[in-house]
Amino acid sequence: MDAVLIYIGLAAIFGIFMAWGIGANDVANAMATSVGSKALTIKQAILVAAIFEFLGAVLAGGEVTSTIRKGIVDTSLLDSQPELLIYGMLAALLSAGTWLLIASAKGWPVSTTHSIVGAIVGFAAVGIGMDAVQWGKVGGIVASWVISPLTAGFIAFLIYNSVISLILSREDPLARARRYVPVYIFLAAFTKTLVTILKGLKHVGLTLSIQQRYLLAGGIAVAISIGGALYIRRIQPDPKADKKQHFHTVERVFAVLMVVTACGMAFAHGSNDVANAIGPLAAVIAVAQSGVVAAKSATPIWVLLLGGVGIVIGLATYGVRVIATVGEKITHLTPSRGFAAELAAATTIVIASGTGIPISTTHTLVGAVLGVGLARGIDAIDLGVVKRIFVSWVVTIPAGAVLAILFFTIFRYTLP
Amino acid sequence: MSNFVAGVFGSSPVGRLEEHANLVHKCARTLTDFFAAVSELDWDAAQQARDQITSLENEADEVKKQIRKHLPRSLFMPVPRQDLLELLLVQDKIANRSKDVSGIVIGRRLEIPPPLIASFLDFVSRCVDATKQARKSVRELDELYTSGFRGAEADLVIEMIEKLDSIETETDDLEAQLRSELFLLEKDLNPVDVIFLYQTIGKLGEVADMAERVGRRLELLLAR
Repeated sequence: MDAVLIYIGLAAIFGIFMAWGIGANDVANAMATSVGSKALTIKQAILVAAIFEFLGAVLAGGEVTSTIRKGIVDTSLLDSQPELLIYGMLAALLSAGTWLLIASAKGWPVSTTHSIVGAIVGFAAVGIGMDAVQWGKVGGIVASWVISPLTAGFIAFLIYNSVISLILSREDPLARARRYVPVYIFLAAFTKTLVTILKGLKHVGLTLSIQQRYLLAGGIAVAISIGGALYIRRIQPDPKADKKQHFHTVERVFAVLMVVTACGMAFAHGSNDVANAIGPLAAVIAVAQSGVVAAKSATPIWVLLLGGVGIVIGLATYGVRVIATVGEKITHLTPSRGFAAELAAATTIVIASGTGIPISTTHTLVGAVLGVGLARGIDAIDLGVVKRIFVSWVVTIPAGAVLAILFFTIFRYTLP
Repeated sequence: MSNFVAGVFGSSPVGRLEEHANLVHKCARTLTDFFAAVSELDWDAAQQARDQITSLENEADEVKKQIRKHLPRSLFMPVPRQDLLELLLVQDKIANRSKDVSGIVIGRRLEIPPPLIASFLDFVSRCVDATKQARKSVRELDELYTSGFRGAEADLVIEMIEKLDSIETETDDLEAQLRSELFLLEKDLNPVDVIFLYQTIGKLGEVADMAERVGRRLELLLAR
């Protein structure tokens, strides 16, 4: 009984630590694009993040959580020693959290997802045995880390080009923005609601046919789009500001769209990254409570809540500063460009979440930003960062693994 | 702590380029006051205008350095770095020439022969019109970036450049006329002054020339 409490207590502490780190960095990065383009104030960004991170985690985060819990380690090998999985997951949380702390302090472009996957692979391969790692799945996950930024970049490139052709290069950009922005709102809302309905309704216990699901997603998206259109109609041109910058009012229309994509971004992030903190925690709780590994129990709601709360605290305590720093630096990312990056990144992430693939949301967002840049949408992009991201890919996995092995060994000999 | 998402974004040269365009135009514009004072032989006022030109030229130089400093080679931009730097360079020459020409005149207390004053001031003001039009075109850079250098906005800038060209052609005509008027008077004037008057007219023509070349550079950004 005592041991169970210790395990769950430690897992909760480490899980909150990890969630705090995610909130302080990843979420802040995801929200900063909206703040930098002045579609949201910092306070609004925190509010949006708090609500939609949580919704994303609860409604669409199940698949990734289950991949982290049981998709990387072959738990069938652990039937005789379930405590190994507990030590391992505790070690993974602590090592990923530690590595993230070091990396953030140094400003390295390290991904939470890479750290936790590296850590889990590390403890499993060394602590349990090479066979304990589902290498096929891990290979797929690693491949997705390259594919997801590329996909997001490609989508962003197409979206931004369409924005230029349909709206920004025309004689009457304002009238055209009013007409087409609701369509983009629809697209943004549709992808997210569709994945939620396809993947998330299981938890709520609703059963619908495929057609009904698509119809429901479409209906919700149309409703959001109409709401956006009504709001856009109320935006009045400001002749003075428009004289200085012809696209001033047009950008204000895009800012409405960007509020929607910011919600989508937070939702997407919640659906993919919250699992990094919650997955190991859920695994520890399931094993500690039941005493067996093969528990098919669902993730308890209080665990999700814990993850959500940890993230919001991280965002409020430290993420605010990150948002301010990034936001200041990217003032030339106007809503018409920022939304394209966010929409492309969020769509890519949500699809990955639906498939249960843990990807790096931040790297995907950077990929999307580069895609907008390739479409000549961004005044200046520093390619030096791309090089550093590649280096971080190579370094993070061994670093996470080595730390995990270290903590795993310590836990193994000190915990009951 | 540095943040890598912020690091993805280089510092945009657009705002600074527009600021630079503004400074060099102000610098050229001060030539109007300067020559008005010179034509009235009010050397104190001329000196004041000359000081203003010098300080504006210095300011423009400072902005030029800032732009260069923030354009490392690792930047990926919608337009080539080299094209932007060359735009900056010709733009900067507007200020340089303004400073040169005021320097020649103030240094020698060069008087404009009274029969020439009217056409001379006309010529100066038309040259300043050219730099004003150049500034107007460069101020569209921001919008050009937003619209991906195509469509209605690009057409608008092309129109502006055409107008800039026609202003510059007018300054050429005015310059030729001024030279021929001076030619008729030159035998009655101090030969050294005449040489410097021709030089002054030439330098003023170059101010308009540089403004026109700003247009050429902008055109190159659009041509891609």
